[in-house]
Amino acid sequence: MRGEGRVRTCIGEADDCYVSSSRAQRGDLPDALWKGIAVGLTLLAMTQNALLKAIVEDKKMGVKRRDFFKIAGVTALSALTATKAVSAFAFGPSGHGGETVSKDNAVRWAMVIDTRKCGKGAQCKNCPSLRACHEAHNVPDIPNKKHEVKWIWQDSYDHAFPTQTHALIKDELKTRPVMLLCNHCDNPPCVRVCPTKATFKREQDGLVMMDQHRCIGCRYCMSGCPYGARSFNWVEPKPHIKKINRAYPVRTLGVVEKCTFCAERLAKNQGPICVEACPEKAIVFGNLNDPKSEVRKILSVSDSVRRKPHLGTSPEVYYIM
Amino acid sequence: MRDTAKVIIGILVFLVLVTTPFWYGKIAAESGKPPVLKVGTAEKECVMSKDFMRANHMDLLNEWRDHVVREADRVYVREDGRRFDKSLGNTCMKCHTDKKEFCDKCHSYSGVKEPFCWDCHNDPNAR
Amino acid sequence: MLEKALVGNKKYWMFVFFLLVIIGLGFLTYLCQLSQGLGITGMSRDVSWGLYIAQFTFLVGVAASAVMVVLPYYLHDYKAFGKLTVLGEFLAIASVIMCMLFIFVDMGQPFRAFNMILHPTPGSVMFWDMVSLGGYLLLNMLIGWTCLEAERKSVPPPKWIKPFIYLSIPWAVSIHTVTAFLYCGIGGRSFWFTAIMAPRFLSSAFSAGPALLIIFALIIRRISHFKPGYEPIQKLAQIVTYAICINVFFVLLEIFTVFYSAIPEHMHHFKYLFVGLHGHTGLVPWMWASTVLCLFAIVLLVNPKTRKKEHLLVIACVAVFIGTWIDKGMGLVVTGFIPNPFDTVTEYMPTYREVLIALGVYGIGALIITVLYKIVLAIRDREIAN
Repeated sequence: MRGEGRVRTCIGEADDCYVSSSRAQRGDLPDALWKGIAVGLTLLAMTQNALLKAIVEDKKMGVKRRDFFKIAGVTALSALTATKAVSAFAFGPSGHGGETVSKDNAVRWAMVIDTRKCGKGAQCKNCPSLRACHEAHNVPDIPNKKHEVKWIWQDSYDHAFPTQTHALIKDELKTRPVMLLCNHCDNPPCVRVCPTKATFKREQDGLVMMDQHRCIGCRYCMSGCPYGARSFNWVEPKPHIKKINRAYPVRTLGVVEKCTFCAERLAKNQGPICVEACPEKAIVFGNLNDPKSEVRKILSVSDSVRRKPHLGTSPEVYYIM
Repeated sequence: MRDTAKVIIGILVFLVLVTTPFWYGKIAAESGKPPVLKVGTAEKECVMSKDFMRANHMDLLNEWRDHVVREADRVYVREDGRRFDKSLGNTCMKCHTDKKEFCDKCHSYSGVKEPFCWDCHNDPNAR
Repeated sequence: MLEKALVGNKKYWMFVFFLLVIIGLGFLTYLCQLSQGLGITGMSRDVSWGLYIAQFTFLVGVAASAVMVVLPYYLHDYKAFGKLTVLGEFLAIASVIMCMLFIFVDMGQPFRAFNMILHPTPGSVMFWDMVSLGGYLLLNMLIGWTCLEAERKSVPPPKWIKPFIYLSIPWAVSIHTVTAFLYCGIGGRSFWFTAIMAPRFLSSAFSAGPALLIIFALIIRRISHFKPGYEPIQKLAQIVTYAICINVFFVLLEIFTVFYSAIPEHMHHFKYLFVGLHGHTGLVPWMWASTVLCLFAIVLLVNPKTRKKEHLLVIACVAVFIGTWIDKGMGLVVTGFIPNPFDTVTEYMPTYREVLIALGVYGIGALIITVLYKIVLAIRDREIAN
């Protein structure tokens, strides 16, 4: 996967085959109708937004002035998001998540986890990937299970894929460890429900991000997430972090957090730390929109599945069985 | 209306009490001297002018925060073309190494409670 | 008019004081939650909504039920409800305020609550819930206050208030529909993922709300000169009867769909509710209590002989209220999280501190109702004296 981080501009020819179905299904009239409704709804919000901001930041000069123009931009953006939200509301992906790769961007980060390799090595008892992630991101180790915070963790196959198990399943598969983390869905329900856009899908590369500065701690996203990938800070996390990594922030009481696909490392053209730390090379990360990427190569030749594809969330973490 | 005098006194006492924060602030500001801050840096110039930073650093930080977290825009270009990482810990605190002498001193002088920033962000130079 | 709430006998002040103590206790406990975090509640990573959101959901229903007195009076000119409409509207005010407080105490970062307005997100149902609840609160304050003011002056309510009253009728339906959408729009929680959620919410609201109103009317008859008549109470009882029957019918529809189709993901939640799952039976006694209470209430209500006896009617109303409170509060909210996405069970039981905070919010609601009803009764007492 190394090196792929730099491939940011090429849109491969093979992308065309992904564009096919979902676009064509959108009839012109309903789409326009939904857009109209969305714009109308947003108008209300925009006025409110602009007014409030204007009142709050009615100072001249400098940052303030620029802020004001930014507000215009942001409101326009929120109109756009609303349009998208409503059209997504009306026309989510059809079928069982078969046509998922986001088509508009050069980059769509995704992860492939080979469950056959996972947990086989000598070091795997105390999974180095898990440790590396939690140490790098100041994820607390809280003994009370109910208050647990986790970005990446292991569970058995029958818990990870509860609808794909059965009574006679072979023991090895039933108990096979599966690495679980945020799926960075293409159609993320957590983003859809968040009332403040504190969690949002980054347009340029599809990462589902979390703005802990804005989160009000309502936990609607936790209800929305069908993968149990989100953690809430029920208790003060700091006392439960063994050694604080000063290069990365900790979190405060009462906000939600989760895996970010190591956005801070991607910015430096590095892959996620779990990928780097895995001694078995069981995790591969790359750009799904680049047909030459390793993730695409692996997916084209292996038996891969995703968690709960029937929900139409289009998860971007793939598992090789 | 035999109590006119009492009423007037009552009103005066009320007014004095209600305006306490204003005149107290005035008196305190005149008697107290603004702290001398230890900039503690080899760099001669900040990312923006000193006056601007003095008045608006919190807005700049908020703007940087939104750019980095929400727009993945991490690079700030100063007027002279020099580039900086939009980061409190990795840029600001690299020069202003002494949080106590630089940040806290003035914050406590101007009655700003410890900003929420430090609830989560670490002072890279602490100990 | 507020000054009327400042004059009262010793019992009135004792009751107000009692409520203030409850509120004070709740507030102190809330301060503790503020500093230590929501970890002091029984909620967990798996069951991330609990008692607070359950109360919120239930009380939205009570708030919406004001429409059940407003609609017959204004749209069908059912005169007997004339004196009850303002009671319904004031009950709605107290309920909506309690709803908002329950959302507030459930927030991890309550001081950032304004982010909902600073960053409005029309794609989120919670945004619309805020809009509809806020609007409903304003509507009821405006209508209730204006009509009462007119009553005090012994003149008919001003004409301009009519459109607001008509607007409040669909608005009441909207608050509960939007609240149902909070849940049924989530595909990953199969227990909530049902199109019948909004109708279920409305039917339980229209049984619990008027049941509470009947109880209040009978209390008022005891303690004041204003005597709510036999006829309007019987009419309300009929509404409760229809609504609770429809509510139980809706639940049976769910049970049929879930168990006849036999999709495990959907069945697991209902199994957890009624017989327990993987050996966990935390809610089973509660659910059966709720079922028995509702069926018992139906027996009393459907039979005209028992319904028409007010001392039996009040028992039925209490049963309806508690039955729907369990079913819609804890039953509906908590069971959505059990089993969790990994098909394992983490149970939920509120802590005593969580209960104290919830009681504090109920105390505030009770205080608002007490004060508002006190004003109404003071005005009516004077009318009667004249």
